[in-house]
Amino acid sequence: MPETTDKLNAAPVEPASSDGGSNAVETRSLTRRYGDLIAVDHLNFICPSGAIFGLLGPNGAGKSTLIKMLTTLLPPSEGTALVAGHDIVRDPRAVRRSIGYVSQMLSADGDLSAYENLSISAKLYGVPRAERAARIEHALEFMDLSHVAGKLVKHFSGGMIRKLEIAQSMLHRPHILFLDEPTVGLDPIAKQSVWQNIRDLCEEFGTTILMTTHDMQEADELCETVAFMHSGQLAAMGSPATLKLALGADASLGDVFIHYTGATISEGGDFRDAARLRSTTRRLG
Amino acid sequence: MQHAYAAPHGVSAEAFPGEEFTRQTLAVAEADIRKLIHDPVELFTRMVQPALWLLIFGEVFTRIRAIPTGGIPYIDFMTPGILAQNVLFGAIFYGISLIWERDLGIVHKYLVSPASRVALVLGRAISSTARAVSQMVLVYILAIVLRIHLRFDPLSLAGVVAAVMLGAAVFSTFSLIAACIVKSRDRFMGIGQVLTMPLFFASNAIYPLSMMPGWLRVFARFNPLSYQVDALRRLMVVGGVSSFGLPFDFFVLGLAFVLLIAIAARLYPKIII
Repeated sequence: MPETTDKLNAAPVEPASSDGGSNAVETRSLTRRYGDLIAVDHLNFICPSGAIFGLLGPNGAGKSTLIKMLTTLLPPSEGTALVAGHDIVRDPRAVRRSIGYVSQMLSADGDLSAYENLSISAKLYGVPRAERAARIEHALEFMDLSHVAGKLVKHFSGGMIRKLEIAQSMLHRPHILFLDEPTVGLDPIAKQSVWQNIRDLCEEFGTTILMTTHDMQEADELCETVAFMHSGQLAAMGSPATLKLALGADASLGDVFIHYTGATISEGGDFRDAARLRSTTRRLG
Repeated sequence: MQHAYAAPHGVSAEAFPGEEFTRQTLAVAEADIRKLIHDPVELFTRMVQPALWLLIFGEVFTRIRAIPTGGIPYIDFMTPGILAQNVLFGAIFYGISLIWERDLGIVHKYLVSPASRVALVLGRAISSTARAVSQMVLVYILAIVLRIHLRFDPLSLAGVVAAVMLGAAVFSTFSLIAACIVKSRDRFMGIGQVLTMPLFFASNAIYPLSMMPGWLRVFARFNPLSYQVDALRRLMVVGGVSSFGLPFDFFVLGLAFVLLIAIAARLYPKIII
């Protein structure tokens, strides 16, 4: 444990309390172990509905593991969570119907066109046949991809791929959208464009967005609430402005990050995840 | 449970029982078939191997007359075996695409969708059958050029299509299971190489079971390829006979498919862990 143990103990973590399921996400002692390693450690937190919620923390803090459990990709070792009111352990298919997910990696199929990618997603999620074409056209227009609808995705730029993936994950109008490092590997212009799309989605559809990021500027610009994870536990949670102010008038979110998670490189993480992240960054670049 | 969230407002209810399952299964299959349509080169490159087997091995062994074929020319006898081999070799490496798609992140997209795990693996099996039928057409063209005595009555052709599809579904699902277990491309390539040759040579593809030593015959009786070849031999070539009987051939292939789908659906989510 880094020298910030005392600081972690003093972190302003809001207590997790339930009002019966109107929160977008509510974890209950959620835990995931990989052998002796505890990636997520009895985590209790609440993500309110309708917000853009940022999950921050160093590599190996447990963010991606948490997202995988909340999206039912990974079963918890202990505890559970309610996502859109559905229990991830007892009713994973109801959870999957209620959410959209854009992974850290490139989930759009490069060997299909943008329209085909969207069409397959629409069928998987049960978008009514009569509405499919209109919904796809609207998604393409919303993401400014109409002009490349018929083009194979492997010829897209990184920013265009991310936009397509977000469009895919929103076709069925999910209550909650999980974005795992949505702008990793993107240039500043593409980032700005994706950020605007995320804000527009929240505004137009009232979607709750739960995103992980390492980009403090992204978290500061987009998120109404951020939570810092460290060693599988919640270290701090609040609005970026409140957290910065608690450290001092000139504090940045980066300072808050270091304050709550420690300045030492984490020992956690996974070789395969690191390789994938670099691969994604390379492909987007 | 009482909660504020209803189903997402952008999706439809089932039009008929099983509608959701059917739609999701076909969506998975459609994705792969569309990729094949965009880039069909693989189908043609896969034709080199059967062409070599029929032209070289078939022509030579027809002259030797060393293998009992039940009164038909050896090249006619082996043609159903070569078709089955082509289907097997195509299907057995099918799992590597799953590992590749896992590495890219595409598999995650399917796993977070509401599609059942059975729909996900069944959809993949169906798409492998589309590839196999395309290969079947090309093997038929090759066989016609080589003047092999083929049956062309509709019932036989329908039977050949069914046997080819079932065989592809069985071996591609087997391959999917192997991919879910080994999880890495390098290891999978090694496993694929190890599996294909024993499956091919411990079957009745290029010689009858009666020529095999007892221990190998036992292995061949547990090999689904033997039943696919047996059905194809009866249905594909003039004068070809089935040793096990067509109903039993299809029963074994169907049973193997159902069992493998059940196993694959259990293992499929573990590919990303």
